[in-house]
Amino acid sequence: MSIVKTEKLTYEYIRRDEDGNVEGSILAVDDVSLDIQQGDFIAVLGHNGSGKSTLAKHINAILYPTGGTIWVDGRDTKDDKELWNIRQTAGMVFQNPDNQIIGQVVEEDVGFGPENMGVPTPEIWQRVEESLKAVGMYEYRKHSPNKLSGGQKQRVSIAGVLAMHPKCIVLDEPTAMLDPSGRKEVIRAVRGLNDVENMTVILITHYMEEIIHADKVFVMDNGRIAMEGTPREIFSQVEKLKELRLDVPQVTLLAYELQQRGVKLPDGILTHDEFVEELLKVRVGG
Amino acid sequence: MPIVLEHVNYIYGQDTSLPVYALQDINLVIPDGQFIGIIGHTGSGKSTLVQHLNGLIRATSGRVLFNDQDIYAKDYNMRQLRSNVGLVFQYPEHQLFETDVFTDVCFGPKNLGLDKQEVELRAIDALRKVGISEEYFKQSPFELSGGQKRRVAIAGVLAMKPQVLVLDEPTAGLDPRGREEILNQIAVLQKETGMTVILVSHSMEDVAAYVDRIIVMNHGKVMYDDVPAKVFSHYQELEQVGLAAPQVTYIMHKLREKGLFVRDDVTTISEAAEEIARCLEISP
Amino acid sequence: MLRDITIGQYYQAESIIHKLDPRVKLAGTIVFIVSLFLYDNLFGYLWAAAFLGFVIKASKVPFKFMVKGMKAILFLLLLTVIFNLFLTPGEPLFTLWKLTVTKEGVKTAVLLVIRLVFLIIGSSVMTLTTTPNNLTDGMEKAMGPLKILHLPVHEVAMMMSIALRFIPILLEEADKIMKAQIARGADFESGNLIKKARAMVPLLVPLFISAFRRANDLAMAMEARCYRGGAGRTKMKPLIYQKRDGMAYLILLFYLAAGILVGKVLL
Repeated sequence: MSIVKTEKLTYEYIRRDEDGNVEGSILAVDDVSLDIQQGDFIAVLGHNGSGKSTLAKHINAILYPTGGTIWVDGRDTKDDKELWNIRQTAGMVFQNPDNQIIGQVVEEDVGFGPENMGVPTPEIWQRVEESLKAVGMYEYRKHSPNKLSGGQKQRVSIAGVLAMHPKCIVLDEPTAMLDPSGRKEVIRAVRGLNDVENMTVILITHYMEEIIHADKVFVMDNGRIAMEGTPREIFSQVEKLKELRLDVPQVTLLAYELQQRGVKLPDGILTHDEFVEELLKVRVGG
Repeated sequence: MPIVLEHVNYIYGQDTSLPVYALQDINLVIPDGQFIGIIGHTGSGKSTLVQHLNGLIRATSGRVLFNDQDIYAKDYNMRQLRSNVGLVFQYPEHQLFETDVFTDVCFGPKNLGLDKQEVELRAIDALRKVGISEEYFKQSPFELSGGQKRRVAIAGVLAMKPQVLVLDEPTAGLDPRGREEILNQIAVLQKETGMTVILVSHSMEDVAAYVDRIIVMNHGKVMYDDVPAKVFSHYQELEQVGLAAPQVTYIMHKLREKGLFVRDDVTTISEAAEEIARCLEISP
Repeated sequence: MLRDITIGQYYQAESIIHKLDPRVKLAGTIVFIVSLFLYDNLFGYLWAAAFLGFVIKASKVPFKFMVKGMKAILFLLLLTVIFNLFLTPGEPLFTLWKLTVTKEGVKTAVLLVIRLVFLIIGSSVMTLTTTPNNLTDGMEKAMGPLKILHLPVHEVAMMMSIALRFIPILLEEADKIMKAQIARGADFESGNLIKKARAMVPLLVPLFISAFRRANDLAMAMEARCYRGGAGRTKMKPLIYQKRDGMAYLILLFYLAAGILVGKVLL
């Protein structure tokens, strides 16, 4: 079942100078058509300014297309009546962990979404408990968010979205401001949601190692989809990734360098074990 | 102008029931012209440590010597020290405040009391060094891209002509392209000017390719202080404290386990590729 | 530096006072403050002290936390004492250089000190035992009837609670920006008032920009989580009066009645 579908989605914004005269326009999202299935783990990659965040904000009806259409769970986001349904269906986690936590106690923050939706009090408590447990933050429920680490704050934000019982969760560079251990924490929590609860995940990032487990990857550049495929298909194209000046996982890069030196390794190696295995094969074969 | 830290301790919340030992008995010698990486996870004391180098934080006990002079001496000129040891904070673009790029970069040298001409010369020079071309000089810093803003902020510190440049996580929050640009520029700068550069980071991979020496901080103490290859040979211990050696270190160790006797002290991808190729007896 | 400032401190403990409905504590604080200005003899204040002591004991908050709040106003306290001591006309007690201390002066000064100290301690009991969120909830509910007059009660409460959440974040940020500018040779300490005010520009401009950026982000995050004002909203922690709240109101009433009797009428 399709959960997010876009057809020729375009978003153009107009730049004005100080006097309000039109200076020019920028196509932040340019003719993007994609179809995301329920339960998928989708990664969207790209540089700052590639249009990936703008695209994400369309899924939550924070931005509306200037051309084309986007449907979330079959609902056109341009339909005003559906606004709150869409925001419930597709929850969103943002980049800066400090700027999206509203509550002064972890559990109160997680309850914020259900409160807004008018969920009855006993059910809010139930949802808060479930959501905090799903991201492994239940024992911190009475803490102040200010005392948590970046990774913990982002997990609270994810719980806050989960408590709204969405069908799909969009994460807009949730790890960009975190340290490596915080990044791992968040990605582990997100993968858990996808594996265990079959939640559709749309992860926007510029860290390559975070997308290795995705079902499908979209690489955006200049508002367009420049590449699309499984992680292995994407990482087989080291040349193209380098051209877009995106990171390539170190092990993939090492395999690529060896290929250049004449070692016959297959394309798109993603893990250490895979690399070691393939290299030993070459050695025996050679 | 070397910096020497002798038995530096920093404790905060001393008057409360829960004093925190942010730094414990730090002894370091930072000679001229070195390119140093300070690695540690959040809360390891690395940011606290670098703020001692220009006197922004005063040690609870111990001595800090800059060019053989005790910076805690009574008549010591702190402002002079701060111009000699330039410190670029995390997300430095958050400190920009002037109406245009050029004036903002002038702020530092102007505070040093230099005359107008010298101030402007320094600002032009600093902006050039970070690769901001003249067309941006009169623009508002807030209209620039994230990477450009950060470079302007770095120029703001460079314009003070420091002999030691300390950068606290200069690549945080940037995309791969921005990260690469900043790090390359810093490396070029270091090579050209020969100034001491201290790079604070939590990513081994980021610094491995650039620095001569890595200081690993953990729980307010210096855990390792050595050349990169030596530091990475402790990859298992590093893992235990939540840090990681570069990926290639792991791969090389795995290969050795499987009986391919590659050298395990390589730190970069190209070194590793060469070494593996050599072992496979395929000449490049 | 700036981080040393603490606002709206909350002391975590399991006590009956902590558990009381914030509306009771609000009412209690108001009643207590009003009572302080009703009494005009020593017995009234002894009664107030006894009541305050009883509440503090029940709150399980160490007394030194109550006193902490006093430090900030010590200077103000001293000033009022000096003014009242020397400037109140009346029966002279003794003369110091050109200043005369009067009997009335001593009385007013002592009264003022007692009132102010009790007032501060009384209100810190409330802030120390109530989370800021709980407090804003209490205010929102207590002022609920004002909604009929189209006063934005919910919005004001939400704003207060968000402000309370962001104060520590912005203080920390101010600290960081200040250090960054000092590292660029800025001087926040020396010079006259005008020079000092001008030196604040490099601190205030980035701080405002950051506050706006955060506000923008936060508004987006709140909308994304279906926030659309107070209408149709449910509460995770609704305020419902318990038996103990009724008891507390009774005790409060008793305190006030007995206080008026002792402190005003009887003697």
